[in-house]
Amino acid sequence: MAEEYWRWTESRWTDPDLSWQDGRIITAGVDVGSVSSQAVILVDGRLYAYANTRTGSDSPNSAINVMNWALEDTDGLTLDKIQYTVGTGYGRVNVPFAQRTVTEIACHARGANFMYGPTVRTVLDMGGQDCKAIHCDDKGKVTNFLMNDKCAAGTGRGMEVFADLLGVSINEMGELSLQVEEEPPPVSSTCVVFAKSEAGGLLRAGWPKEKVLAAYTSAMARRVVSLLERIGLEEDFVITGGIAKNKGVVLRLEKELGVKALEAKYDTQIAGALGAALFAKDLAEKEKSKKK
Amino acid sequence: MLTAGIDIGAKTIKIIILDHGRITAKNLIVAGYDLRESLKKAWADIEAQSGLKVDDMEKIIATGAGRKEAPYASEAITDISAAAKGAKALNNSVRTVIDVGAEEARAVKVDQSGRVVDFAINEKCAAGTGAFTEAMARALEVPLEELGPLSLQSTQAVSMSAQCAVFAESELVTMVHNKTSKPDIARAIHDAIADRIVSMVRRVGLEEKVMLIGGVARNIGFVTSLKRELETEVIVPEDCEYVGAYGAALAPAGK
Amino acid sequence: MIANYGYKNGSGDFFITIDTDKCDGCGGCVEVCPAQAFAVGEDPNDPLREEPAAFIVEAVRKKLKYACAQCKPVTGRPPLPCVQACPAEAISHSW
Repeated sequence: MAEEYWRWTESRWTDPDLSWQDGRIITAGVDVGSVSSQAVILVDGRLYAYANTRTGSDSPNSAINVMNWALEDTDGLTLDKIQYTVGTGYGRVNVPFAQRTVTEIACHARGANFMYGPTVRTVLDMGGQDCKAIHCDDKGKVTNFLMNDKCAAGTGRGMEVFADLLGVSINEMGELSLQVEEEPPPVSSTCVVFAKSEAGGLLRAGWPKEKVLAAYTSAMARRVVSLLERIGLEEDFVITGGIAKNKGVVLRLEKELGVKALEAKYDTQIAGALGAALFAKDLAEKEKSKKK
Repeated sequence: MLTAGIDIGAKTIKIIILDHGRITAKNLIVAGYDLRESLKKAWADIEAQSGLKVDDMEKIIATGAGRKEAPYASEAITDISAAAKGAKALNNSVRTVIDVGAEEARAVKVDQSGRVVDFAINEKCAAGTGAFTEAMARALEVPLEELGPLSLQSTQAVSMSAQCAVFAESELVTMVHNKTSKPDIARAIHDAIADRIVSMVRRVGLEEKVMLIGGVARNIGFVTSLKRELETEVIVPEDCEYVGAYGAALAPAGK
Repeated sequence: MIANYGYKNGSGDFFITIDTDKCDGCGGCVEVCPAQAFAVGEDPNDPLREEPAAFIVEAVRKKLKYACAQCKPVTGRPPLPCVQACPAEAISHSW
C-alpha cells in the first residue's frame, strides 16, 4: 500500500491538574485488541493518563509499548510504582505485568459507567475486530451481553478495507459519507469481501466516493442494529470503541434506533482499559482489606 | 438435438453444448461487468471453435447466481439441481456433491435416482468460497494458481483461528511476521476453507461417493485438505467448473 | 446476568444464552454436552462474582454452529441435552 489510508490517529494524554505523588492508590488497565491497544492510569480512581496506539503485528510487546507511552509524560511515574494492573482485550494473555485479566465485556461496561455516568444502560462497543452489545446497571455491572467477533461486518477492520478501496483516510470517512444529498440504498451484502466487490462495481458505474461510502456505512449500521436488537436497547445509550469516532456510522445508527447516544467527553477507545483500571482498584483494595 | 446449459457464476460464465446428450462444445469466460456483452463474446468464441451458433440451440437453460437475468435462455434451474444433475450424470454412484464457487458453496445430497434429498448453502459469507483463497493469495503475495502447489510443500499443520476472510488476512500478516513459512501458511488457508466446507457437508450427512465440483476444485491444496478432513475419497471430474452448466444442459432430458 | 455466547455471521445468529443469576454452578450441562462446550468456574464476565458459573468454552464458542450441529438434526428435533440438564432452566439456544 503506497498510502496508508487505514492509519487512524494515535494519541496520549495526561491530566495536567493531577499529581500522582499525592495519590494513595495507583492502578492501571491495559486493553490489547487485535487492532488497537490502550493503557489507562488511575490515581485514586481518577483518570490520570492514557495512551491509544495500533497493536500492529507485534502483539506480545504491544502491552508494554502502550504502557510506556502512557507513562511518558507523567512526571517520573514508572511501572513499578503502579500497585495493580488488570489486562483485558483479545490479547490479554500478552500483558505480562498484569496481576489479573478480566474479559473486555465487563471492562467496557465499567469503563462506560465511568465515562458517561450511572445513567448508562446500553453500551455498544464497535472495536477493531468485534462488536459488543452490553447492558449494565448503574454501577457498571453487566446484566446482559452479546459479542460478535466472527464477522468483519460492522467492525473497524471492515472500515479499514473500505478506506483502502476508496483511497480515503479513515479519519475522514465519517464526514465524507455524510456529504450526500440523498441517502443511497445500502449495499446488499453484509459480507465485507462481497460488499467490496459490489462497491467496486458501483465505482465503475460512476458513483462518487461519498455515495459508495454512504451505501456501505448504511449497511454496516444496519448490521450493528440487528445485533443490538437481540438484547434490546435501554436508555441511556452510549457508543464506545474506534468507530464511535465515525460520525457517518453514529448518525445512521441513531436514526435507525431512534435514540441518540450520549456525547463523548473522553476518547471513546479507552473504555476497555479504563474499566480494567477500575477493576484493578477494586481488586487492590480487596487484597489490602484481606491482609488486615 | 442441440441443447445448451449456461452457468452464470459470480466470477465466470460457463457454457456447455450437448448434441443428443453428448458434449460437443464448451466455453468459459470471465463474467465481467456487462452480462450481455460477456455472453455475446462467449457465443462468438463458441462459434469460432465449433461453428455452432446460439440460434442453432433448441433449448437453452440457465443456472447460477445470474440465471434470472440470462439473455437467450428459455428457462432456468437452481444451482442445486444443476449440480445434482451434472454430478450424477458424470458418475452414477455419487451421493454427495460439493460445489465450491467463487462466491457461493453448496453441499447437495442425492439419492439413487438423482433426486435432491437435502442441501446446505453458504451464500452470504466469503469464508468457505473462492473469494477466501483469492484474498489470502493476495495477502500472501502469491499468484492464485500457485497457492495450491505451494501448500503441498508444507511441513507442518498450523491452525488459523479466524474464519472471516478479512480477519484471516490480519492473522496471516501476524503469521508472516512470526516467521511461519509460506507453504505452512498456504496449507493453513486451505485447511480453513476445508474445515468450513466439511461442516456444511456434515449438515446434510456424508455418503459416498463424494464428488467435488466448481472452480475451487482446481486448487490441489484445497482438494488435499478436503480429503484429509473428510477422510474419504473425493472424485474431482476433469472439467470441474463445467458440471453446473452440464447439469443445466441435461435438464430438459431429465424432466 | 444474561450471557450470550456465540456469534452472528453471513449464515445467521448462533447464540447459547446462560442466565447466570439462575446458575448455581452445578455442572449438569458440562456432563451432558457431547461437544464439551460447557465449563464451570470463575465467571469470565463477572470478575467480582464469588460463586462459580457455567460458561461456553472459548474454543467451542467460535465454532458453535458446528459444535451444536450434532444435537440439532435437520428433521425431528429432540429436546436439547444441555437445556434439559439444567434444573434452573438457565440455558437457551437462539436457533
